[in-house]
Amino acid sequence: MPAESGTTLLPPAPAGDPMVPRPVRVESVRRETRDTVTMDLRALDGEGLVFAPGQFTMLQAFGVGEVPISISGDPARPDLLTHTVRDVGGVTGSLCRVEPGDLLGVRGAFGRGWGVEDGRGGDVVVVAGGIGLAPLRPVVLAVLAERAAYGRVSVLYGARSPAEMLFTDELDTWTAAGLDVHVIVDVADRSWTGRVGVVTELLPDAAFDPDRTLGLVCGPELMMRYAAAALTDRGVEPGRVRVSVERNMRCGIGLCGHCQLRGHLVCVDGPVFELDRIGPLLTVREL
Amino acid sequence: MADSRPVTLDLEGLQRLIDVLGEQGFTVLGPTVRSGAVVPGRVGSVADLPRGWGDRQEPGSYRLRRRDDDALFGYAADAIGWKAVLFPARELMWSGSVGPDGFDVRPGPGPSTYGEPPYAVLGIRSCDLHAVAVHDRVLAERTYADPHYAERRRDAFLVTVVCGDPSGTCFCVSMGTGPRADAGYDLALTELLDGQHRFLARAGSARGEAVLAAVDTRPAEDRDEEESEQVVAHAVAHMGRAMDTTGLRDLLYDNAEHPRWDDVASRCLSCGNCTMVCPTCFCTSVEEHTSLSGHDTEHWRIWDSCFTTDFSYLHGGSVRTSPRSRYRQWMTHKLAAWIDQFGTSGCVGCGRCLTSCPVGIDITEEVAAIRAAPGPRKEDAHATGR
Amino acid sequence: MRPVGELLVGHPFFAGLDEEIIRELEGCARNVHVHAGEHLFREGEDADSFFVVRKGRVALDVHMPDRGHMVIATVEAGDVVGWSWFVPPYRWFFDARAVGEVSAVSVDATCLRDKCEADPALGYALMQRVAQVMYQRLQATRVRLLDVYGADHAG
Repeated sequence: MPAESGTTLLPPAPAGDPMVPRPVRVESVRRETRDTVTMDLRALDGEGLVFAPGQFTMLQAFGVGEVPISISGDPARPDLLTHTVRDVGGVTGSLCRVEPGDLLGVRGAFGRGWGVEDGRGGDVVVVAGGIGLAPLRPVVLAVLAERAAYGRVSVLYGARSPAEMLFTDELDTWTAAGLDVHVIVDVADRSWTGRVGVVTELLPDAAFDPDRTLGLVCGPELMMRYAAAALTDRGVEPGRVRVSVERNMRCGIGLCGHCQLRGHLVCVDGPVFELDRIGPLLTVREL
Repeated sequence: MADSRPVTLDLEGLQRLIDVLGEQGFTVLGPTVRSGAVVPGRVGSVADLPRGWGDRQEPGSYRLRRRDDDALFGYAADAIGWKAVLFPARELMWSGSVGPDGFDVRPGPGPSTYGEPPYAVLGIRSCDLHAVAVHDRVLAERTYADPHYAERRRDAFLVTVVCGDPSGTCFCVSMGTGPRADAGYDLALTELLDGQHRFLARAGSARGEAVLAAVDTRPAEDRDEEESEQVVAHAVAHMGRAMDTTGLRDLLYDNAEHPRWDDVASRCLSCGNCTMVCPTCFCTSVEEHTSLSGHDTEHWRIWDSCFTTDFSYLHGGSVRTSPRSRYRQWMTHKLAAWIDQFGTSGCVGCGRCLTSCPVGIDITEEVAAIRAAPGPRKEDAHATGR
Repeated sequence: MRPVGELLVGHPFFAGLDEEIIRELEGCARNVHVHAGEHLFREGEDADSFFVVRKGRVALDVHMPDRGHMVIATVEAGDVVGWSWFVPPYRWFFDARAVGEVSAVSVDATCLRDKCEADPALGYALMQRVAQVMYQRLQATRVRLLDVYGADHAG
């Protein structure tokens, strides 16, 4: 692959080839926790990346590989692609070490999002665990952008420890903007004055009318199973509880077959699913 | 187009057909004998075809055999199918270089082991033609298409030949996929061996019609058509196996915890042969090939198999760690989930997964075993499909 | 200040119990207020009472020489602190510390145990409620034991 081959520098991805990434430049990087960073990216071709909350991109560290990463930014800002990445392997490790000015590749946005607009006119309960708050942040921002369209909105967030919470500087802003934000951690020392326990313990205190509530749950699968069950125990219809399922995604566009979950290809049919469609499958071992 | 008037052509006509396709710019591929098996290869003349060769296929066993005639297409399913022609086992998706000002990306694909497209495939069986239709659905007819596949497929010229002598592992009749194709081809041939060695030919497309017009043919006589029917009838009567597909999707979904999965897992080696030879298996992974400097990289797509633990890897571990769950995934996907995902079964009854299995696992037998002793019906199990 | 019996009647822990039965507890109960940082009880002490939390947050702490004070769980208003009073050897396992100002009703354990012995209906009703608390804490503890947010199993 000689570098002097007759190609122009940084061409846009050819139309019709969803496998070829678009180059984006890292504009800023914020460290969220010990192993997680949030980065703002801007496409070199200036073309915005329109997305729906809950969608993901295939994010490419040049020469290392690509991984599916949820978009954690503001859906009203397609010019700025925001990702929150946790260092859990080779590619994510590379992504977490980027600096402003670096180039990454992006394919997407892909997948079926939260459809938070289905919650307009009623209450919304957002239940997030760990890095699961990242794909739900666009939901929160979308709700805040038209706060009056929604009833009571709760954000229930569980993290491993206070130091491993995401978007900590924003949580107060969300409260001030009229959201009911509750946080709970697994482990804390005495300096923590908040709650200690699991995220499902926050649900009994959340104010919502089960008959007109949309529940959106994202986190480790086990946490989602329990949180979704807690929502339906409170009387929310399983069809109004949505979870974001994680499976191995290699292509993001339903072609590679890796993310199958029985009849679903998680990357195109999901990652967000209604509980009544996906719930029974999550308890079949090794499906 | 399928009802265009049939004609016959002799061996010279077949040679002319190969020549015409070559003249029209196709890389002509057909069955060839290599390493003791019928496999796809470049075909320049009738002499390249497996004249007088048949095969014997049973679970875990493939052998060529000498026929007592000069049939050119006297084998059953090719040992290696045509999947890799339109859907290469390794394909360059893109390559790129990074410099001080950024990186540039050049889209693939790279060269194919079968020569340059477009391809003309001579001798594709009905089962494999149905597999191509399945791949069309999976790779080219959904929201996102594989542009490399779509392009090769669009340009490919497919000449199907009726399967006249199926093997012990064939079960296309029960899958409704053979032995004679009724659509999806440019030309359909039936090899007739009574008296003069000739082929009944029928065009299935305007392109097929045009190619046929450039070949010396004669209008088919009743005798030719009758003999053609005999070939089909013989094949139907000599199917090695059958699979009962009645309610198969629900049966497999309901029996995700059937003890038979443990039984098959005790035999399965997780080698992935079945997925490699299956003409519809389409799962792929990607490899990043990067120069030591880190400046140049190639993004390759490679066939993958759901029989590896890596296939379902999530950071921290794999979803399917046991061979039991992986065999269940493969078979349930092929015969059940495929219907939810793509509106069709993923099995075309070619029998290659049986033939190529080192321990002779027989998918028809596994289905029959579960059907013979199904677990209790789960009422709500199917609300989760689409 | 409302009478202590009334505070118990209105508390979720006793929801569904006949007021008559709750009134039986009145003689064992007293109102307590604990300032931020003060303890309701300490590890190793006799579990001679339990606490019906009305306001504020109580942290169950344990101190480790190498990690300092770790919070095992927090208990909110509407819940109760402590079941060690119910099970021999009636000794507290953790510290219970007021995170902010805490108002609670402290119920004398000996008095309560005597009443439960004397009135099995009361004993059963209390047992049910304590079991519920134990069950919820145990489930929550099990989930946390799995460390689902851990780096090797990121969500």
